[in-house]
Amino acid sequence: MRGGPVNFLEFLLHNRGEALALTLEHIVLVAVAMLIAVVLGVPLGIVITRQARLRRWVLGAANVFQTVPSLALFGFLIPVPLLGGIGSRTAVVALVLYALLPVIRNTYAGIAGVDPAVIEAARGMGMTDRQLLRYVELPLALGVIMTGIRVATVISVGIATIAAAIGAGGLGTYIFRGLAMVNNQVILAGAVPAALLALVADFSLGWAEHRLKTSR
Amino acid sequence: MNVVIECRQADYRLNDGRALVTDLSFGVESGETLVLLGRSGSGKTTTLKLINRLLEPTAGEVLVEGRPTTAWDPIRLRRRIGYVIQEVGLLPHMTVERNVGLVPALEGWEPERVRSRVRELLALVGLEADQFAKRRPHELSGGQRQHVGVARALAADPPVLLMDEPFGALDPVTRAEMQREFRSLQQRLNKTIVFVTHDVREALLLATRIALLADGRLVALHSRRDFLHAPEPEVADFVSVLKSLDEELNL
Repeated sequence: MRGGPVNFLEFLLHNRGEALALTLEHIVLVAVAMLIAVVLGVPLGIVITRQARLRRWVLGAANVFQTVPSLALFGFLIPVPLLGGIGSRTAVVALVLYALLPVIRNTYAGIAGVDPAVIEAARGMGMTDRQLLRYVELPLALGVIMTGIRVATVISVGIATIAAAIGAGGLGTYIFRGLAMVNNQVILAGAVPAALLALVADFSLGWAEHRLKTSR
Repeated sequence: MNVVIECRQADYRLNDGRALVTDLSFGVESGETLVLLGRSGSGKTTTLKLINRLLEPTAGEVLVEGRPTTAWDPIRLRRRIGYVIQEVGLLPHMTVERNVGLVPALEGWEPERVRSRVRELLALVGLEADQFAKRRPHELSGGQRQHVGVARALAADPPVLLMDEPFGALDPVTRAEMQREFRSLQQRLNKTIVFVTHDVREALLLATRIALLADGRLVALHSRRDFLHAPEPEVADFVSVLKSLDEELNL
């Protein structure tokens, strides 16, 4: 197939069925991973605002995952029982591990950044710790938490391209195929839609974030 | 007279051993306004926080309605005490209506009852509910914010009010207005109030009695009438500020 498609747009048009399926696969990978990362990360971020001792460990562990090169992390996970193996489950686990740090860190930073005088006023009014969290800290930290989710999503869209290396599909499939074929157009057919996806995610979550910040 | 708040040899020390208040003893009678007067860092705010148990005394005790604050459930205690503080007291992400209705809502009042209480209170502090209920704190002037702060403190009709320099950040004209309104509220509501200020004029205007704090100690406690002629040198320092202003103006 060398010298086949003239440019990647033509290639995408010609394979639009497959391209669409891969894009969808890519979105599902990221969406599932982000859902899990938020469900785990936001409560963890809240817990470490209350437990100073846990904070170092949680942030430290999340940091470590972030520093492992993504291709290596995917590789490391393959032999792990339950979580690992070949396929999308492993990919989701790896993506969650990457997404956790921004989510945890921003949840923590958002809550820790609430004006202590506001907290004290709320306590002085007789709020319990839970009420303080629900009515004061979380609403005021929401913008910062959303930023963390946005950053994590954009990172995940990029890293998810590597998921194809362990058979999880997604737009990375074209990138790895193009690499194997030494065909830049096929690489671009994976890379350009992935980049666009990241931009769309960044823009739409950024818009949601802005709405949240101005609505309060 | 019935003593509502009482400090008995109360100390508050930081972990590093620095004392913020030392050997504080005084009582606040039902329906009176006790003004805690003192310079910055004299322990006024610390004293207030000992009363609503934002801080606990490291020695001695603070009693509210005859019971040590440490024996109270802090949440119950604080809901019986309205708290007004300078500037940041309002929650920035909530409307005026939600801010004022917050404590009643936390107390589980019906939404309809909360709403009518909010309107009643806004009227009490002279704010038109239709105009202000939906605004957020940053859309109000400093004076309006303080009105809302007072309305919020009164929301669940607490018998006690703590006010920490509530008018400190206002311009002098607004401040004088607020002080006038405070006096009329005082007469109508008959609350037990502890009011913190560093302004001797304000203290003389609003107090039933004035407690002067210096370096975390109570150095004088007099009725408003006696304060001007009190023998303590620390009192004389404050009173001389008043007199020197008069003299300068007469020149």
